[in-house]
Amino acid sequence: MCGTCGCGSESKGPTILKPGEKEHEHSHNEHTHEHSHDGHHHHHDGHSHTHDHSHDHNHKVLKIEQDILQNNQVLAARNRGYFEAKKIFALNLVSSPGSGKTSILERTLADLKAEIPFYVIEGDQQTMNDANRIDALNIPVVQINTGKGCHLESDMVYNAVKKLEIKDNSILMIENVGNLVCPSMFDLGESKRVVIISTTEGEDKPIKYPDMFYTSNICIINKIDLLPYVNINVQKLKDYALKVNPNLQFFEVSATTGEGMEAWYNWLKDQSKILEAKA
Amino acid sequence: MIIICFLFIYFVTLRVNPLIPMHELSIALGIVKIAEDETAKAKAKKVTKIELEIGVLAGVEIDSLNFVWSSAVQDTVLENAEKEILIIEGKGKCIDCNTEFEMDNIYDCCPECGSNFKGILKGKELRVKAIEVI
Repeated sequence: MCGTCGCGSESKGPTILKPGEKEHEHSHNEHTHEHSHDGHHHHHDGHSHTHDHSHDHNHKVLKIEQDILQNNQVLAARNRGYFEAKKIFALNLVSSPGSGKTSILERTLADLKAEIPFYVIEGDQQTMNDANRIDALNIPVVQINTGKGCHLESDMVYNAVKKLEIKDNSILMIENVGNLVCPSMFDLGESKRVVIISTTEGEDKPIKYPDMFYTSNICIINKIDLLPYVNINVQKLKDYALKVNPNLQFFEVSATTGEGMEAWYNWLKDQSKILEAKA
Repeated sequence: MIIICFLFIYFVTLRVNPLIPMHELSIALGIVKIAEDETAKAKAKKVTKIELEIGVLAGVEIDSLNFVWSSAVQDTVLENAEKEILIIEGKGKCIDCNTEFEMDNIYDCCPECGSNFKGILKGKELRVKAIEVI
């Protein structure tokens, strides 16, 4: 079984590759044992039951008090320190599949690459497709394939960053696996988290998937060119998102037509300037 | 029409299911790692009981965690361990009027003044509290 997702038994750990690079297998987690769904799931439901504490003399109780996500957080902090030291502005782009993360990224890179040095980490379960799209723009890119995994973790980013050899004073775009639930729990060490939602999705998505909106700093509403054809109230969407996270900053864009992209670009440029000024 | 039906079935059965979020397995494997490390440190053989603290705002579905548990702990020190989960209720404090209030959802607003600005005091916990080893 894979380290990050419950389904399937043929899966392997994540692979981290540059476009054109030959695949080699690499295990992210040593607990990759196989299992069969035999229907004997023993649910020790501990919510409310009581039981006898019959301590025999060999039993020893160890107080642990350890955060379960501690490993991820430690490496995320390490990534963050590296980014700060090298003045790398790192963004973690999250959304459901099909919201237009890669399209926004492509357009942004194409329009700004003359002004700002960019690096990209692509996260998907399978294929090099997204990395190839970025590579076509002559931007250094590494693809992480998580296999059956449903999100990126900080150790994958740590290894991908080593491959990228990022120069100082640049912007690193990390495109997470398309999934509005799982990536919310896993800090990658990013400077800011950007959640992308498109006008073809429901306006109540922020309260249906609140954790992602709660942990994000920026919310990009994509596909605004489709507004005349879709039944969505953008103000209502924003109100829901602000209910979850009143500090969210919004950009309304269309990656297809370029509408609204200027404000997003200005924000990116300001952020990289702020970073540079922090000598 | 038939083609559309087939497409729909294809998407529902084949495309959507593999994307069902299962970060609870990552959580379970994180618990296994902590238990393995601590058991080795204590020079013990296995865990007989593990106590977890999970807040209602932590983003973990207890049912999903229970579902993946048996496969996550297979062939580990936790294999036959009893699992006890202490659920921690959510509590927030309004930044505008200082009211403390119970929270069931992360987007609950202040019941007194309706403000969305709040600090979360309790409910984000995701901890291994203790293990009992032999």
